[in-house]
Formats: sequence, structure tokens, C-alpha cells
Amino acid sequence: MSQTKRSEVKKERRSFLNTLLKTGLVAWVASVIYPVARFLIPPKMAKLNVSSIEVGLISDFPKSSSKIVRFGRKPIIVIRKESGDFKALEATCTHLDCNVQFKSETEQIWCACHNGLYDIEGKNISGPPPKPLAQFKVDIAREKIIVSQMDLS
Amino acid sequence: MKIYEWINERVDISSIKKIALKKRVPIFYGTIWYYLGGVSLFLFMIQVFTGILLVLYYQPGAETAYESVKFIISRVEFGWLIREVHSWSANLFILFVFFHMFTVFFAKAYRKPREMTWISGMILLLLSLGFGFSGYLLPWNELAYFATKVGSDIAGAIPIIGDFALRLLRSGDEVSGATLTRFYGIHTALLPGIFTVMLGLHLILVQVQGMSVPPEIEKIPEKERKSIPFFPDFALQDAMAWLIVLNIIALLAVFFPWELGPKADPLASAPAGIRPEWYFMFMFQTLKYIPAHVLFIEGELFGILLFSIGGFIWFMVPFLDKKAHEGIRTPFWTWFGILLIIYMIVFTAWGYLT
Ligand code: HEM
Ligand code: FES
Repeated sequence: MSQTKRSEVKKERRSFLNTLLKTGLVAWVASVIYPVARFLIPPKMAKLNVSSIEVGLISDFPKSSSKIVRFGRKPIIVIRKESGDFKALEATCTHLDCNVQFKSETEQIWCACHNGLYDIEGKNISGPPPKPLAQFKVDIAREKIIVSQMDLS
Repeated sequence: MKIYEWINERVDISSIKKIALKKRVPIFYGTIWYYLGGVSLFLFMIQVFTGILLVLYYQPGAETAYESVKFIISRVEFGWLIREVHSWSANLFILFVFFHMFTVFFAKAYRKPREMTWISGMILLLLSLGFGFSGYLLPWNELAYFATKVGSDIAGAIPIIGDFALRLLRSGDEVSGATLTRFYGIHTALLPGIFTVMLGLHLILVQVQGMSVPPEIEKIPEKERKSIPFFPDFALQDAMAWLIVLNIIALLAVFFPWELGPKADPLASAPAGIRPEWYFMFMFQTLKYIPAHVLFIEGELFGILLFSIGGFIWFMVPFLDKKAHEGIRTPFWTWFGILLIIYMIVFTAWGYLT
């Protein structure tokens, strides 16, 4: 074998080994990072499959008042309007997740964090919120107020 | 001296000593700027010291965090002092890091060969903001709870990785006790570790490369420039500055205590006056006035985009301001810095006044 040919073979061998080593390194790094990344995200909590909750008696709600209660894991706001009717909406602002509040003077829903405003039906009317608040259904049975998931039908 | 010689016989540390003794500090109108980095370093040391003390009593967890901070400030002897110093020094720390950053910016100290020093400094700034953001939640009070909800929700709006980022930060879908535990780990283990390494790199670069002077001063022939040795002359002046800062902190801690406020309640409405720490205020205020939709993208996303691009440009200044390497001041970068400061001050003030 000539001198040049031998060094050619050597070069090829070296680049082959180099590739092997690099691939091995990448595989090794990936096999460390993957479990760590998975570890960092906590396991999904069992979904609290709540379809309806009881939030109290009509007499607990004076006209023009509101209360935030837990529905499964998320807070919702139950409002009694001036007219005496009830309304239930998701309580977390669609902008950046603050809890909203009922403004009885204007019958509007206000988010203090960035001055977002919704009307009493949950529609975003001014400020940064991009979407309306999700709706919940309110039923009254024997003086009790029952809030449930909107029928998806 | 005995100890020095004992060690030097075994490992050669005389070269380190030589570097340290060789370093000189230029004397000119801007010498006072050189204190700012040192003061930031001192404030970080105070944070580590008081932070470790707080760890001894603080208990993370939705049912214990607020109560344990209350316990620290009302029952533990001098607990109020330690917490006040930690809070005040945290705020001054960020303030001085900002001062330090802007003075090196206007002195064009980032020009060759100090690009890496600027980059490591920028990483230190980001880590400091991380310290502030994670520490803010730890007392588990109302203000911090909603500020963290907002802050982490912004992370959720990042395209593609948003969902992962949000769950990574919150340790779940909601801000909860799990978030608190996570922030505690970030605040007391992760960030101090990374910060210390970065700080070491930053300081080694500063020691090895020596102090830079602005282009105008550099043009004066070396012989005509005044300077003093770093050891011991400037180091003693540094110590003096540190002592003054320590006294200021003590006064602030005693006369202007930080309110703890009411405990966080996930079922309460966010009260008016929800605000992040003051150094996030200009971003918060900007977000407030970005409409729900800008062109075809959501306002939130638009804000993130804006700040990412701005932050990236600031990060890369040493590579963008090419004229600086030749010692030339370009009006563009001067105005960039000035306008940035004006924007930050105006929006911060506006945020507090409305
Ligand atoms: C090794 C370093 C550190 C440790 C071990 C540590 C530890 C702690 C602990 C245990 C708390 C909860 C007690 C409390 O809220 O008073 C806390 C709060 C806090 N930390 Fe740190 N910390 C460190 C560094 C820093 C740094 C560098 C900053 C700079 C921005 C910082 C900013 C804060 C803030 C703003 C709070 C909230 C204070 C309050 O309102 O009570 N910490 N830290
Ligand atoms: S979170 Fe409600 S307006 Fe921003």
C-alpha cells in the first residue's frame, strides 16, 4: 500500500470514529435531558369531574352581590343582579388570569389587574381582555342555587 | 505571610497576586462609576447571608409560608430586621445593577475586548430579575399571588413552548402551593448556584482585563492619565462605599418596613393596585396599554415579541455597535440608551400614578 493511501484510510477511520463519538454524545445528552424535562412537569392531577355544585341559598345573595366559589379546580363568580336574576361566569380574566370582581354600581365585571371590563353577560367590552368569560348555567331548586356546566349540545 | 508562603510552596499563587497587584484604577470624572459594580456585589453578599438566615425559619407551602414569615417578623428575635434587610437589599441590588449597566453602556465599556463581560453581566441581570420574581411570591400574600398569576400567564402566551413553560413555572395549571415550593427551590438553590458561577466569571474577566475607560479618555496618552492601584487604595474606597450602603439599608429597614399585607386567597377578587415589583413596572404598564389585538396577533403575544426583540438587541449591543470598537461614539446608540432610560422612567412613574 502506498503512503498516501494508508493515510487516506487512516483519515476515513478517524472521521468514522469521530462521527460515532459525536452521535454517542448526542444520544447520551438526550438520554439525560429527556427524563429531567419530564420530571420537571408534575403528573396530571386527576380531573375533578364536577358537573354541578351547590353555592348556597337565595337568601345568601342580596340583590347586586357576588361571590367567588370553587368549581372543580377553577374559581367561578356567581352574581345576583339588581333584577334578582342569577348569573355564573368563569372568574379568571381572559387576559392574564387575575380574578375578576362584580361592580354593583354599573352592573359590570371588572378586572383590577389591567383595568379590563366585561358586561354582566361576560362579554369583554373594554381594556385588554381578548375573549368573553366562559358561561355557567344557574338553576334554582327549592331556594337552592345550583351552578352547572353549560350543556355542550 | 507564613500561610501565604506555606501555600505558595505547594501551589504557585504568586501569579494571582501579581495580577491583583498590577491592576490600577483610572482617575477621571467617571471614577465614581467603578463603585457601582462593587456595591452590587456587596448587596448580593448581603442577600446570600440574610437569605440563608431566613431559610432557617421559612416554611414553603400554601398553609405555612405566610404564617412562617409572620412568625419570623413577630416572634423570632431580630427576625423583622433580617427580613427587612433581605427585602430592602433585594431592591437596592436590582437598582444598583441597573445603574451599573447603564454606566458601562454609556462608557462603551462593552467594546472589544470586553464583549464577554457585557454578556455575562446581562445574564447576571436576568438572574437577578429571576431572584426578584421568585422571591416576591415567597411570603404568599395577596399582592404577590396575583402578580405571579399574571407573570406566569405571560409565559403561557409564548408560541409553541408556552404551555410547557407555564406548567414548568407553576408546577401545574394554577398558581398553588406547588408553585410556591417550586419558586422556593428556584430562589434558594437553582439561582444562587448559577449566579455564583456567572459572577465568578464576570469578576475574573474584570480582574484580568483591568478597568476600561471611555473612548475620550483612552485617546489621552497613557503617561498623562492618572490612576491609583486597586490594592489597597481603591479596595479601601470600595469598603467605604459598602459601609455607607450598609448604613442606608439599616435606616431603611428600621424606618420604612415592608408591608406583609393580607394572605393570598385563590377565591378572592384581585384587589385594585395589583402590581409587580417596581422593576417590572415599565413592562407591566406597557402590557396594560397594548390593545387586545394588534394587527392579527394577540396583544399579549405582541408584548412578549416587543420585549424579546428589545432585550435581544440590548444583549447583543457589543456586536451591533461596531463603531465603538474604533473608539467612535455613534449618536444612534447614545440615543438608544437615553430613550430607553426615559421610557423606563416614564412608564414606571405612570404605572405608580394611575
Ligand atoms: C442564596 C441566596 C438567597 C437565599 C437563600 C434567599 C432566601 C429567601 C427566603 C427564605 C425568602 C422568604 C422569606 C421572606 O419572604 O422574607 C426570601 C424572600 C425574598 N428574596 Fe431571597 N434569597 C436569596 C437571594 C436573593 C436575591 C439575590 C434577591 C434579589 C433580588 C432576593 C430577593 C427576595 C425577595 C424580593 C423576597 C421577598 C421578601 C418579602 O417580601 O418578604 N433574594 N429569600
Ligand atoms: S388580567 Fe384581567 S385585565 Fe389583565
